[in-house]
Amino acid sequence: MSATPSHISMPRLVAAIATNSFREAIRDRILYNLVLFVLLLVACAILLGDLTNGQEARTIANIGLNAMLLFGAFIAVFVGVGLVSKEIERRTVHIIFSKPVGRGHFIVGKYLGLCATLFVNVVIMGVGISMALLYVGSADMALTVWPAIYLIFLELALVTAVATLFSTFSTPALSALFTFFVFLIGHLSSSLNDLGQTMGSSFARIVLSTIYYILPNLSLFSFRTEAANALTPGIEMLATSSAYATIYAAILLSAATVIFSRRDFK
Amino acid sequence: MEHIVEIKNLSKDYETGFWRKRKVRALHGLDLAVRPGQIFGFLGGNGAGKTTTIKILMSLLFPTEGSAKILGANITEVSIRSRIGYCPENPYFYDYLTPLELMDHIGEIFGISATHRKSKTEELLTLAGLAEKDWTKQLRKFSKGMQQRVGLAQSLINDPEIVFLDEPMSGLDPVGRREIREMISSLREKGTTVFMSTHILSDVEALCDEVAILRRGRLAASGNLQELLSSSGEHRSFEVMAAGVSADTLLRSTFAGELGKISAKPNGTAIEVHSEEEIEGVIKAVRESGGILISVLPITQSLEDLFVEPVSATQESD
Repeated sequence: MSATPSHISMPRLVAAIATNSFREAIRDRILYNLVLFVLLLVACAILLGDLTNGQEARTIANIGLNAMLLFGAFIAVFVGVGLVSKEIERRTVHIIFSKPVGRGHFIVGKYLGLCATLFVNVVIMGVGISMALLYVGSADMALTVWPAIYLIFLELALVTAVATLFSTFSTPALSALFTFFVFLIGHLSSSLNDLGQTMGSSFARIVLSTIYYILPNLSLFSFRTEAANALTPGIEMLATSSAYATIYAAILLSAATVIFSRRDFK
Repeated sequence: MEHIVEIKNLSKDYETGFWRKRKVRALHGLDLAVRPGQIFGFLGGNGAGKTTTIKILMSLLFPTEGSAKILGANITEVSIRSRIGYCPENPYFYDYLTPLELMDHIGEIFGISATHRKSKTEELLTLAGLAEKDWTKQLRKFSKGMQQRVGLAQSLINDPEIVFLDEPMSGLDPVGRREIREMISSLREKGTTVFMSTHILSDVEALCDEVAILRRGRLAASGNLQELLSSSGEHRSFEVMAAGVSADTLLRSTFAGELGKISAKPNGTAIEVHSEEEIEGVIKAVRESGGILISVLPITQSLEDLFVEPVSATQESD
């Protein structure tokens, strides 16, 4: 008689994989190094702030938020591309897929685990920035900077979904390269679309507008400069960005599941 | 349920090459059925297709042709895996985990309650012979044999109805092998079916009820181990052992014409006969030559003969 329940709760299954994925990332020392690096960067920003008389808070927020995005993107890209490929390479999938785990559950669980890791990292970095802002006497900005931090997290979650998709069919090196290109172009896609509209060639226009519509528009999550000027995004922007990131990530993960479901594990 | 595993016309092609891909057939139309409650030995040399078959059964590989059922359900049904266990050859784990964490994680995947996971983990790690002091060490620090023990333990956490073990003795020392043999034997006593791939023939002879032998992706022989090992029908042979008589003396006897192959052995002279009717003549020849009859035994093939025979046939066919 089997001790296993006949119906295993899917959310619990995904949560189990996500928890393990989170544990793996947390035990990976590179994450601590990155967090430490950002904290040092914030310390540097404070020193820079001393040099920019009267602009300490603005400089700290500017450098801190941009550093958070940059290092968060490094984690999303480099950990994200290894999320699935590392499991195949190390053959840990052999154990996992002999259990009642669907390939889709695995993809979603791994993705959520990395998102949880990114969330913890972003929060730690955010606390570092807020503390630096409090140190220079800008208590207001220490709070108003958080909506921009939330948007950075959404952007990183989306980049992670891109990395996860590539990791289901490509090598880690190529996946990292492709994801990095998507990250770069995603920040420029609005400008590329505008550029396409001004060009005479219809071919160039079609290509640039296709890139605009297919690749994620990461400028939707950009509120760093505004946050450094003590501005806060409206609820509408936060809601739109949240919906965009969720829907886009869901589409990417669905595509990743379809591709991954056809793979053989030799 | 008559058969716990049913494999029909299972084939698998692998693609090789980078630019000009070509297909290599690893498994050729395999048909196999395993009855519940037994230890089934899945034998074959390296590259025979044992691991490919097991990986298809575990849905790690997709078959090119054919189908397979476990516990009456198609292997593509994810839910069926809650009733089976699997330990791959040279199992790989999340090496940042400890055995306790790994077992807990896998138990969680099966939806087993935290209390039951804990007690089951302790029971299985003990059964697999893993010292308690090693339960909290990270798996990256484990030897191959220790990893194998953890692999076997994790394959049983859900109390499976059937467990697939791919080379379960791999990496184990003689003591470890004996312990794992006892563990596998105890599974049969509990009613768990064991599907075990191996090329260690002594383990097969000690454990298995039925076997299937694969040769280059094709089924070479299958059935009850004892039946396969014993000669049958017109090919039934016997060995008459006699003491105090040499081959030369026997060949000079009146019944010399009825004697088969004669060979000297440490405990006497062995005479091979190919039918029951010939035995009487051989016994008379021994007595006439002043020898003493020691034994008359049917000649059974050793598993090695059975295993090697098809391989030789392959070489001939090549």
